[in-house]
Amino acid sequence: MEIGLTHFLVVSTMVFLAGLFCVLTRRNAIGILMGVELILNSANLNYLAFSRYSSVNYDGQMFAIFVIMLAAAEAAIGLAIVLGIYQTFHTIDVEATDTLRL
Amino acid sequence: MIPEISWTILLPTLLVTGTGFAVLLADLATTGPEKDGLGWIGIVGLVVTAIASAALWNTQASGFDGTIVLDRYALFFNVVFCLAAALTLLMSMDYLGTIGLRSGEYYAIVLFATAGMFLMAAANDLIVLFLGLETMSIAAYVLAGIWRPDLRSSEAAMKYFLLGAFATGFLLFGIAMLYGAFGTTTLTTITAEIGPSADLQRTLAFGGVALLIAGFGFKIAAVPFHAWAPDVYEGSPTSVTAFMAAGVKAAAFAAFVRIFMHTFAELAVDWRPVLALLAVVTMTVGNLAALKQTNIKRMLAYSSIAHAGYLLVGMVAADSLGGAAVLYYLLAYGLMNTGAFAVVIALGKRGEPNESLDDYDSVGLRHPALGLCMTVFMLSLAGIPALAGFTGKFYLFSAAVGQGYAWLAIIGVLNSVVSMYYYGGVLMRMFMAEDGKDVQGTTHRPYLTATLIVTTVGTVALGIFPSWAFELALGAFQSLG
Repeated sequence: MEIGLTHFLVVSTMVFLAGLFCVLTRRNAIGILMGVELILNSANLNYLAFSRYSSVNYDGQMFAIFVIMLAAAEAAIGLAIVLGIYQTFHTIDVEATDTLRL
Repeated sequence: MIPEISWTILLPTLLVTGTGFAVLLADLATTGPEKDGLGWIGIVGLVVTAIASAALWNTQASGFDGTIVLDRYALFFNVVFCLAAALTLLMSMDYLGTIGLRSGEYYAIVLFATAGMFLMAAANDLIVLFLGLETMSIAAYVLAGIWRPDLRSSEAAMKYFLLGAFATGFLLFGIAMLYGAFGTTTLTTITAEIGPSADLQRTLAFGGVALLIAGFGFKIAAVPFHAWAPDVYEGSPTSVTAFMAAGVKAAAFAAFVRIFMHTFAELAVDWRPVLALLAVVTMTVGNLAALKQTNIKRMLAYSSIAHAGYLLVGMVAADSLGGAAVLYYLLAYGLMNTGAFAVVIALGKRGEPNESLDDYDSVGLRHPALGLCMTVFMLSLAGIPALAGFTGKFYLFSAAVGQGYAWLAIIGVLNSVVSMYYYGGVLMRMFMAEDGKDVQGTTHRPYLTATLIVTTVGTVALGIFPSWAFELALGAFQSLG
């Protein structure tokens, strides 16, 4: 069987849904962050697949590099914020850090 | 082939980024109260950038292989962003001292966020747009949590970050689908490619557009993507909240309007009903939820959600009048909302934020000048004639009526009536309540006074002489082609 564009799209959609599931069910801030990373990387898979199968240029591969760079910046900021939360609340459970309510 | 570097197109962005670095360097040489001076460096840089943007008004150029454009649309937004950032810096110079947060990087991060906004408004490529959005968002996450000792600030940063990163993922996945559908991410090429197409392309394009709506919906805080807004607005330092409402929201709309009203104009039949529905839900939920708030920042957060709904009404009109109305309203909203937050800052002092609505009892009688400013902002937000908010809503709703969306305009007007109840409620407390506790903000705050004067005069002037600004907005929108 020839591996084609559709296979890549199915895999990336599955990774996307796994990330979505992770974000929606985790209560741990780092766990949610990991889900977000899965979503970003599923988009990367799409870029690479489209670039390989349906486009004449290498734009998609370049985009993936941009996204990896941005994901790293975002993770750095995110971990700093989570560390700050841990220092003030002594937990990173997102349901425990809930003082802003009516 | 490496595309040619065109410095003119990047000039505004470079100026702001350069100012940011200058502030970072100057930060090393200053201590204590001297750090307030860093704000001045930022303000001077922003004023220079705004003047440079105005001087470039007749430019219509694109560079970097067509990924960045400098047209009137981008320049108009540059001025709006400069105004929002400069007002934020101006009031921060008093506010940061009040909350005991004298840090130079605050000013630099505001400037870097502004640079990201510039890229969003000038992006003609989805990836450049994404880069700009992330530059702005990452800076905004840091700003929300910059008041480290404060519990609520940390919490706001975490909520903003987690939900913001989540929305970023949606946006990125949407861009990937559009790239798959059109084989490019350059907006002008996408416009040319839209038309009768194969099934897979159509599915991908629709999926991409839907995910973009979700991603932008989050950034503009449209219902049902608004859950983060009240918490983040309430928890962040007040000057940052003002910046989010005036700057970040305007930047998100800058990109949203360019992509949907210009690039996807051909697909308007498909996205119009979706945005119309979003507008109705956003206006209604925002206004109804604002009614029962007891904290002024939280109330203004829901009001900000409602205003995103009004702005969506202008987008639904999908013509140049609607687009110009959105641009005008963003300018007006930036002025009046920043002013309202400046009043909130003026009433607080160290260890005593005075953000509960009860703290506003009879404030207007004891501080008539502050009361007058708040009256202007609240009436303008509610949409009372002769103020900027009224003219803005008038343009938005008349554009919708002109395009056969009269029902949407009627819902918008009804919502304005509802909003009058809670905006007026603040004024009633300020002027009619008798037994308020004696809330005194810190006295002698020259920068805050300057912010209040600029925003009040701006709100009134924009309301009395709207046509000048509206012509500029119209010219800006029409430069999209």
